[in-house]
Amino acid sequence: MKSVSYERANSPAEAAAAAARTPRAKFIAGGTNLLDLMKLEIETPSHLIDVNRLDLAKIEPTSDGGLRIGALVRNTDLAADPRVRRDYGVLARALLAGASGQLRNKATTAGNLLQRTRCPYFYDTDQPCNKRRPGAGCAAIGGFSRQHAVIGASDACIATHPSDMAVAMRALDATVETIRPDGATRNVPIAEFYRLPGETPEIETTLAPDELITAVTLPKPVGGKQIYRKVRDRASYAFALVSVAAIVQRDGSGSVALGGVAHKPWRLEAADAELPRGARATTALLLGDAKPTRENAFKLTLAERTLGAVLAAAKG
Amino acid sequence: MKFDSPATTNAIDQLKVIGQPVSRIDGPRKTTGTAPYAFERHDAVPDPAYGYVVGSAISKGRIDAIDLTAAKTAPGVLAVVTADNAGKLAKGSRNFAALLGGPDIEHYHQAIAVVVAETFEQARAAAQLVKVDYSRAEGVFELAAVADAGNPAEGNSGPADTQVGDFSGAFAAAPVKLDATYTTPDEAHAMMEPHASTAAWNGETLTVWTSNQMIDWGATDLAETLGIAREKVRLISPFIGGGFGGKLFLRADALLAALGARAAGRPVKVALHRPLMFNNTTHRPATIQRIRLGATKDGKITAIGHECWSGNLPGGKPEAAVEQTRLLYAGANRMTNIRLSALDLPEGNAMRAPGEASGMMALEIAIDEMAEKLGLDPVEFRILNDTQVDPEKPQRPFSLRRFTECFETGAARFGWSKRNAQPGKVRDGNWLVGLGTAAAFRNNLLTKSAARVRLDGRGVVTVETDMTDIGTGSYTIIAQTAAEMMGVPLEKVVVHLGDSTFPVSAGSGGQWGGNNSTAGVYAACMKLREAVAQRLGFNSAEADFIDGQVRSGTRSVPLVQAAGDIELVAEDGIEYGDLGKMVQQSTFGAHFVEVGVDTATAEIRVRRMLAVCSAGRILNPKTARSQVIGAMTMGVGAALMEELVVDKRHGFFVNHDLAGYEVPVHADIPHQDVIFLDETDPMSSPMKAKGIAELGICGVAAAVANAIYNATGVRVRDYPITLDKLLPRLPEVG
Ligand SMILES: Cc1cc2nc3c(=O)[nH]c(=O)nc-3n(C[C@H](O)[C@H](O)[C@H](O)COP(=O)(O)OP(=O)(O)OC[C@H]3O[C@@H](n4cnc5c(N)ncnc54)[C@H](O)[C@@H]3O)c2cc1C
Ligand code: SF4
Repeated sequence: MKSVSYERANSPAEAAAAAARTPRAKFIAGGTNLLDLMKLEIETPSHLIDVNRLDLAKIEPTSDGGLRIGALVRNTDLAADPRVRRDYGVLARALLAGASGQLRNKATTAGNLLQRTRCPYFYDTDQPCNKRRPGAGCAAIGGFSRQHAVIGASDACIATHPSDMAVAMRALDATVETIRPDGATRNVPIAEFYRLPGETPEIETTLAPDELITAVTLPKPVGGKQIYRKVRDRASYAFALVSVAAIVQRDGSGSVALGGVAHKPWRLEAADAELPRGARATTALLLGDAKPTRENAFKLTLAERTLGAVLAAAKG
Repeated sequence: MKFDSPATTNAIDQLKVIGQPVSRIDGPRKTTGTAPYAFERHDAVPDPAYGYVVGSAISKGRIDAIDLTAAKTAPGVLAVVTADNAGKLAKGSRNFAALLGGPDIEHYHQAIAVVVAETFEQARAAAQLVKVDYSRAEGVFELAAVADAGNPAEGNSGPADTQVGDFSGAFAAAPVKLDATYTTPDEAHAMMEPHASTAAWNGETLTVWTSNQMIDWGATDLAETLGIAREKVRLISPFIGGGFGGKLFLRADALLAALGARAAGRPVKVALHRPLMFNNTTHRPATIQRIRLGATKDGKITAIGHECWSGNLPGGKPEAAVEQTRLLYAGANRMTNIRLSALDLPEGNAMRAPGEASGMMALEIAIDEMAEKLGLDPVEFRILNDTQVDPEKPQRPFSLRRFTECFETGAARFGWSKRNAQPGKVRDGNWLVGLGTAAAFRNNLLTKSAARVRLDGRGVVTVETDMTDIGTGSYTIIAQTAAEMMGVPLEKVVVHLGDSTFPVSAGSGGQWGGNNSTAGVYAACMKLREAVAQRLGFNSAEADFIDGQVRSGTRSVPLVQAAGDIELVAEDGIEYGDLGKMVQQSTFGAHFVEVGVDTATAEIRVRRMLAVCSAGRILNPKTARSQVIGAMTMGVGAALMEELVVDKRHGFFVNHDLAGYEVPVHADIPHQDVIFLDETDPMSSPMKAKGIAELGICGVAAAVANAIYNATGVRVRDYPITLDKLLPRLPEVG
């Protein structure tokens, strides 16, 4: 049997230090993604650092009027928090559109950010996948690509990031707080947190392997209508074909991020500026560089129409 | 008991227990987790080893070399079985591809090894260490590319081709015509419980606790595959977590558990892991179907043609999607044909209503399209072309066909008259709303079925038959039958199922289980009644069995006295004569569906559903309703989301887990109504019942498709109807 050693971390810096010490170590939070991947031997850590007992499960106000969400706050608790519901409705809605009640009870804020793609070839260890085995090739290119990225993909990988929560956080300009073994902390704007696949699709974020996420902070509430619209093939318990997280102010300005279209939550600040001119103008910019496959070209139309519906709802 | 003349009044007609909406008698065990399934028979096999199945990573070709060194020396490993060391294996008559492949590979994830270890985790980890070198061969994976070269292939109950009158002439001359092509995708059974078996050898005899719908087929094919006598194999399958046809046959779990147990010298259990199931086991094959309809201006069908193309592994069967078209609508000039091509995809085989479910998906859209061309209401058009005789052989009447009543009853209940015949006109907020209807049709199949019944000194009646309960309610209707026949309350009946040492039953499949297995129990109970009457000194023809008493005239004796210290045992079965040939026995229904389609995103949500069924006597309205609403749910899946996606380069189903292969969840299914027409069919059996569980799925997908058309004006002929197929033709968001 593949043996995995296990330890329970007592402080964030200690957890990071444990990761630095042990090659092929992984943090484990809710385990709802990591354990599934380990069973299939897609993830093969040699050491697990359990972060569940760390004191990172609080939601607290920040000094500048925002909210600091501990890395271990469960998705269910985050979605139910009255401050989140009142001031960051797009986030609560995105969380509730994801997974199932049971999974959300387990899933953590940090784990959700770092969940891995749902590309079916990534899940089939009998198929080549650059994300699983760098250099092996990408079975999805030229294969079944209906769910895959339409923009920002590369010749090495066309996978999407499946998180709903992250799309809302991108629209909200969240910041990811981290800590290193030496205790040094960092604030990474979510815009700089995820990477496009490029030549190294196995590297998905700008985190170092021994860097622990401690929190996600949200800026001061910006008000506006906050809508998360997730489009999928069945009514629940499915990943987005396309999702739209939008914050729309009374004057029509705001921000918009798309899920289901790229290797990361997709937002272009320049496209936000087009929001007052409507869905067509906005998506023309947002997805202007799209290179869809035959099977997923519908996502371009779908994104535009969904944004149209969101903007109409924001007005109404 | 031979059933060769129509049933007359009998003990079942009392309807004291039969026909009552009794809750499942196995329900408490299932809801409390005390009904043991095949993988959890710790009661029977306390200390099993675990087998983990390795599937082929290629679809077609050969294994050049297989290196087991690392796997064999991995911690806890007891044995690794491959085709090389398994000994000589034959192939059961119902399997097309070998259940243990190698060196030749016939399909993706065909089992090529089972690794047996002390723990499940050890077996799984060691399975990853099996190193295989393959030579890939070119395969054929795309039905559309080879369909034209397909060969005629026999259907499930008829020939490859049928012709009546002059189809081409009549079609050419018809004033109103439709010629359209439809496709249905490969579909997976996707039942909850995976294929699982625990096997134990005792010397030369083998016992397998398994999950299988057809015990006798399974035991026979396992013995044949292993090359041992049928009597040496015992299959035990009392509880089954769903099957839908996926467990009709011996599969790799049972064979590899048996081989693993032999190699390891101790009991072994094997469950197919979910990602393996979709390519390792069977599926419902994809079809291409062309339908041509010709009619007079007033809507009488004059020409009806249905052709279907499907593919399978060499030796496999077609998806016979045209057979209902031979029987469903009137029309003097007819043609159907079934074509089959060889494909190197996994084995296609029966899934809930094989043939008819796929066929009705296409035919019932075609009927809707034709009604529109004719300017007729689709309900009216169907009623207009109803027939009381087999349209291909008009001398053969239907035993009972209340097709028209299904539609009339359903239309009234559903509020069909409010439907706007012009599509795309009804809005409810952001939803375009539409109504659709379709016929349901499925043949009623007769097959012999036996049972043993015991009466003990406490007055308890025990039924034993190798019939299975795959979640359908077999336990309950069999208990109801025995209670009715013996005049005892339900609590006095014990039912044992799913053991190959019991008399051979119809098994569960083809919606034949309910009627045939209860008819077999009826026959055995008639024999037991004779034995009771004889022992108590009654003339069995005159004795009534009521309220725990045996009565005749003024004499009444408690039933329990008949057994005394010595148990009374009777065994018999039902066998069918020619009735089924003289009359056509089928079940009928009408589906009504309301859908909403989002004006912006084209997301489709079913809002209301109704099924009206004409299916003979309903033995238990509660379990029958459960079957029909389950089938309607599955029909929604077929309409909107279910598709095994073929990787046409490498020849396998890509979405091989329950995240990728979507079936409806609760949020997809609205309120469902079911109406059973009150009827009995004396031609079917002494029970006067017919099948219901597959009727319920036939036509549902087309009713959904027709409702989508009515909502949007967009006609989609390729299932599943996902939003991307509607979007390009949906009106601009207004
Ligand atoms: C059936 C199913 C359906 C789902 N549907 C959806 C859906 O519709 N939408 C959606 O958004 N999600 C969905 N999910 C994914 C779900 O949201 C994630 O599995 C979950 O959020 C992961 O959180 P976790 O705490 O369990 O992470 P874990 O599995 O514990 O960890 C995930 C990753 O994060 C790393 N990690 C965890 N904590 C930290 C930390 N503090 N710092 C650094 N790294 C860390 C781990 O090392 C691991 O790599 C679904 C999951 C399942 C199983
Ligand atoms: S798209 Fe990315 S994740 Fe999917 S197979 Fe290709 S490399 Fe792997």
